[in-house]
Amino acid sequence: METPPPETPNPREARQEKRAERQLLTGRAAREIKAPPPSLSPAKLTWRELKKNKLAIAGAVTLILLYTIALFGQFIAPYNPTEQSPGGHQVSFHPPMKLRWRTADGALHLRPFVYGTVSRWSEDRQLTYLPDPNQLYQIQFFVQGPKYKFLGVIPSRLHLFGVDKGYVYLLGTDEQSRGYFSRLIYGAQISLTVGLIAIFISFSLGMLVGGISGYFGGRTDNLIMRFCEILMSVPDFYLLLALAAAMPVDINPALVYLLIISILSLVGWAGMARVVRGMVLSVREREYVEAAHALGVGDFTIIIRHILPSTFTYAIVAATMSVPGYILGEAGLSFLGVGIREPMASWGNMLSAAQDLNTFSTHPWVLAPAVMIFITTLAYNFLGDGLRDALDPKTRN
Amino acid sequence: MEAEQNSDKSTFPLLRVKNLQTQFFTDDGVVTAVDGVSFDVAQKEVLGLVGESGCGKSVTSLSMLRLVSSPGKITGGEIFWKGRDILKLPESEMRKIRGNDIAMIFQEPMTSLDPLYTIGNQIGEALALHQKLHGKAARAKAIEALDAVGIADAAKRIDSYPHQLSGGQRQRVMIAIALSCNPDLLIADEPTTALDVTIQAKILDLLKQLRKERSMAMLLITHNMGLVAEICDRVAVMHQGKIVEMADVFSLFKNPQHPYTRDLLRSMPTLQSIPKQKLATVTWEPTDEQQEQSQLVETSPGHLVSQWVLG
Repeated sequence: METPPPETPNPREARQEKRAERQLLTGRAAREIKAPPPSLSPAKLTWRELKKNKLAIAGAVTLILLYTIALFGQFIAPYNPTEQSPGGHQVSFHPPMKLRWRTADGALHLRPFVYGTVSRWSEDRQLTYLPDPNQLYQIQFFVQGPKYKFLGVIPSRLHLFGVDKGYVYLLGTDEQSRGYFSRLIYGAQISLTVGLIAIFISFSLGMLVGGISGYFGGRTDNLIMRFCEILMSVPDFYLLLALAAAMPVDINPALVYLLIISILSLVGWAGMARVVRGMVLSVREREYVEAAHALGVGDFTIIIRHILPSTFTYAIVAATMSVPGYILGEAGLSFLGVGIREPMASWGNMLSAAQDLNTFSTHPWVLAPAVMIFITTLAYNFLGDGLRDALDPKTRN
Repeated sequence: MEAEQNSDKSTFPLLRVKNLQTQFFTDDGVVTAVDGVSFDVAQKEVLGLVGESGCGKSVTSLSMLRLVSSPGKITGGEIFWKGRDILKLPESEMRKIRGNDIAMIFQEPMTSLDPLYTIGNQIGEALALHQKLHGKAARAKAIEALDAVGIADAAKRIDSYPHQLSGGQRQRVMIAIALSCNPDLLIADEPTTALDVTIQAKILDLLKQLRKERSMAMLLITHNMGLVAEICDRVAVMHQGKIVEMADVFSLFKNPQHPYTRDLLRSMPTLQSIPKQKLATVTWEPTDEQQEQSQLVETSPGHLVSQWVLG
């Protein structure tokens, strides 16, 4: 067995090395002093990280776009979503119309237009619509159309676009000749806000209950947590279904909307409460909480002011990630006919038209709401993922 | 009635702790952290509470404010604050005393400030709570408080977040918060331990200066005998949840009577310490009998020593 002799460093070499090291250190220190890293606020830091994530930005942009469209929905939609056969045109299951710039004989138009259609029965006894080059409907912008209240306040008849005569159905129509485009936009107003409001309510509730539970501990904690567990052990969707089914049938649509929101929030808060409670258990041991105690700050103020803010980062991410669940929840309920009811439009109840295999194989545009749900869900998930990474100091460079 | 209250005030010191017992009820059994501790703090007096880690100093100080948290509990004794037994007060009354009458500063300035709020905001919290000061008035008062603890450029610093301050500055801010409501008693739990030596000296100077300026009593929790010698009027030496010796600072340093105190004093490095020689360690350990049967006895006026040792 031959063991290599232990490396005895040459004293001179060692000294030189040390000097070099010192120079390196002081050099680095000097550079740091020269250009101190700009200290950014947490929000700016998060933004800087988020910007790097292309998917998250795409998600955010998509969501901003969707919510803007929903906000100005009444103005953008050319038709009233609940009116059957507007203008007397009975066009049941009309396919989407193609927006054209060029006529059939090649003439270029400065204004986009659509061709009207002629209907005919096909061999398999389906009503089909064929574009008719003789009926040319020019798209007009800022036209007068059905009455509405802009942002729910200002009465107006102005619409983004429409046609003087004939009809324009960019996404086709449903069985009652109601335009899918208009219904999709009105549906967005409900489907997109249900998730957002429900998440706001359920997360506020969850954070508060979780905060109280974690902070006070002991019997309070036990009681609240066992209750949460009971609530969580009931399968979500069946609970939703049971609650929604218990809803009276003949109440006004606005109330239905509120009830759906409260049902969704009622089911969702328990999970949040549990996680927040766990975080509070660790935060309440921090010294600044004890210091606040020693100052005579009340329990409730301590929870709200000094404890819960530490859980915000988590809450923001969790909320963003759970909005799709709520949107899907509403869609599911409405799909099954216990959510938003006809003639009001929501993405879920529009999809119930696609229940029939025959319908959606011959009229594939009835799946448009599903595409919207898909896009929204994906956008929220991308944004949520991006936010989580951006807010996590460990992933920062 | 009036006379009665007057007599109350004259017979009671600012703070009187009598036979305080605080226990922790853990799964492994009951731990008595504070075991029959009694002491007084007179107005404007600075009492030092010294002892090794885990001897119950901090729990004693937390007991003063009823801040011992579960599984800990004050199981016996009385704490009279200006004649009122605060152990019998409802929580809401207790909250009025905390911060307003009795303020506390903690050992860890790095973590004792909430990282989410500016320091002005945090001083303002105390002011809003006890002095009902809001907005501009609170801000002016907060700047004044920061000025008083020697924060340079207080008007600008008030909008800083804790992470923008150094440890020493943070401890100054903690002191400013504690003093903002002009408390009658300041409990300082190891106020300099977490700081480096030069900053320690500065904080010490600040505490000395503040005690000169304000008519405020102080309960100083420390294991640093040097600190005790610098600013305390009287000292209580704690060991395993009990006070083993209590005397004014001069007689304690000159004539320590309890073996534990002597060990403690001997273990302090001095300029006369011989280089490379090991420092003396505390070797005294009480026997079970000593632990159970000891009693404080006044050996000379104002000098109390645990009795068993002498007997």
